Amino acid sequence: MENKEAYWQENLRLIFICLAIWFAVSFGLGLLLVEPLNAIRLGGYKLGFWFAQQGSIYSFLGLIFWYGAKMNKLDKKYHAEG
Amino acid sequence: MDELKLYTYIAVFGTFALYFAIAWWARAGSTSDFYVAGGGITPLQNGMAIGADWMSAASFISMAGLIAFLGYGGSVFLMGWTGGYVLLAMLLAPYMRKHGKFTVPEFISDRYYSKTARIVAVVCLIIASVTYVIGQMKGVGVAFSRFLEVDYDLGLVIGMVVVWVYAVLGGMKGITYTQIAQYVVMIFAYTIPAVFISLQLTGNPIPQLGLGSTLADGSGVYLLDKLDMVVTDLGFKEYTTSNMGGTLNMFAYTMSLMIGTAGLPHVIMRFFTVPSVQAARQSAGYALVFIALLYTVAPAVGAMARFNLMNTIEPAAGQNLEYAERPQWFKDWEKTGLLQFEDKNGDGKVQYTADAATNEMVKVDRDIMVLANPAIANLPNWVIALVAAGGLAAALSTAAGLLLAISSSVSHDLMKGVFVPDMSEKNELLAGRVTMTVAILFAGYLGMNPPGFAAGTVALAFGLAASSIFPALMMGIFSKKMSGKAAVSGMIAGIGVTMLYVFQHKGVMFIPGTSFLGDMGPNWFFGISPNAFGSVGALVNFAVAFAMLKVTGPAPSEIQDMVDHMRVPTGAGAAHDH
Repeated sequence: MENKEAYWQENLRLIFICLAIWFAVSFGLGLLLVEPLNAIRLGGYKLGFWFAQQGSIYSFLGLIFWYGAKMNKLDKKYHAEG
Repeated sequence: MDELKLYTYIAVFGTFALYFAIAWWARAGSTSDFYVAGGGITPLQNGMAIGADWMSAASFISMAGLIAFLGYGGSVFLMGWTGGYVLLAMLLAPYMRKHGKFTVPEFISDRYYSKTARIVAVVCLIIASVTYVIGQMKGVGVAFSRFLEVDYDLGLVIGMVVVWVYAVLGGMKGITYTQIAQYVVMIFAYTIPAVFISLQLTGNPIPQLGLGSTLADGSGVYLLDKLDMVVTDLGFKEYTTSNMGGTLNMFAYTMSLMIGTAGLPHVIMRFFTVPSVQAARQSAGYALVFIALLYTVAPAVGAMARFNLMNTIEPAAGQNLEYAERPQWFKDWEKTGLLQFEDKNGDGKVQYTADAATNEMVKVDRDIMVLANPAIANLPNWVIALVAAGGLAAALSTAAGLLLAISSSVSHDLMKGVFVPDMSEKNELLAGRVTMTVAILFAGYLGMNPPGFAAGTVALAFGLAASSIFPALMMGIFSKKMSGKAAVSGMIAGIGVTMLYVFQHKGVMFIPGTSFLGDMGPNWFFGISPNAFGSVGALVNFAVAFAMLKVTGPAPSEIQDMVDHMRVPTGAGAAHDH
């Protein structure tokens, strides 16, 4: 494959975006901001509580599959499949 | 024999027969079969196997019980034990799969060009895995003794024989296919009672939605609001907001569990069984799908179990349960000593409050919540039998994965890698099987004679993985210049700080009376509990490694080229020996 460095930089950028979201949904919404968020309701759930016990897990799932799909495209673009 | 016992025998021995059949069909013929299942596992299969490998007796039996009593504070386990998969998918698994070796210590020895690094990694791995496996063995013994009324030790021996048959015969290949079967057993056993209970309480069959619904009693009150009200009336902390040791402690605890999860070798190893880098990324996603099926149900199981328990004891304020009219499950669990009642005010009724002076439920063991749940909710006997088989599947599948991690690190890393490099493949396979047998006997022995420190050590396993293995692997991939000596210094510093902190509060080697600082809030560093300290250890590890890098100078250029090669998926091939 050509241009390993550019491939790696694009990968790092993707990882950075994903980990920022990873941090935000769990440590952010589920922990640090839980009290203000609990004022909002999602059915019977307080929103902060919901993020801590449900929402963060669904977000993690979305993140892994999104990252996988983006990386597959990146692998094609740089002819790095294998 | 009563109906329940008959169903339980059918469920337990039926699943065992299935595991044996799979073991015979998936025998291992080569070291590649034994360590990485021949490298031909699909991402979907691997995801399911990772799910079973990862979800232990602790996830199946203990976690919902912890959540039931901790409420919001229990979120650290939910986020911590799932968030680690994001780190695995992005920071470790694809690159370690690309490198294509059999074991985690082998990766560390290649990357840090040092046998010392390999031995340090093997020691970390063995300590982390052995402490973990004791808990699984205890889980097997407990499940047998409670559900089949078989003696604890005999139950343990039956469990050892079952694991021995499929793990020694099939190695990773046998373990992978049995884990897939065990996942299916486990997930049905966990979700079926949850669906029934959710339907009973809220009318919604999906537990994740039921937890956020109104009660089915026509009151129109949300289940969680009612639960908050019931527990606060009795003086307990509000369910949906009760914190665990402050925000900083919960933060550090969650982080320790996340990076500990990503650093546990028996999980990482499973990523070596798939054919490509893309498949490794995908496996992490499927793994989390299968794990999330249980982990998003667990908060519902916990909250509903607490609700049912409170409701049984005090159906309406002031109308407490007459002790003489207590239900059958109450009597059954009293026999085990895990549920204890003491009529302090002598009124013949049961009072369950947060105040130790008036509380008459003097012992409510958290672990009984999942196991007693179907009985509390009056579910049919076949559901209770299924829970027994599910608990055993959870314990056995995790034990097998851990035993393989231990035996491969001894036969492949120590014997073949360090002491007998010219061992033939046939002998290495034999060595792997012998080590596995010894590991099973050792784990069984520890399960029968649990050392005093067994309960505290699961935290140590995560602390060790978080503070030593995870940072070493991550720096190995993301810092090309990281040198061997600097990484080893970091690992030793990280483990050292974590062990020191755990020992100073919990006693040296967990021996009571040897702690030099009491295990209580005011003595904790910024209020961080010993269980949560792995994340601090990891920070120390990173800091020491980068400081030492300035002293040792960068890794040699051929190592930097190897890292470059690791970062691109091209030409991965199957995992191989050398």
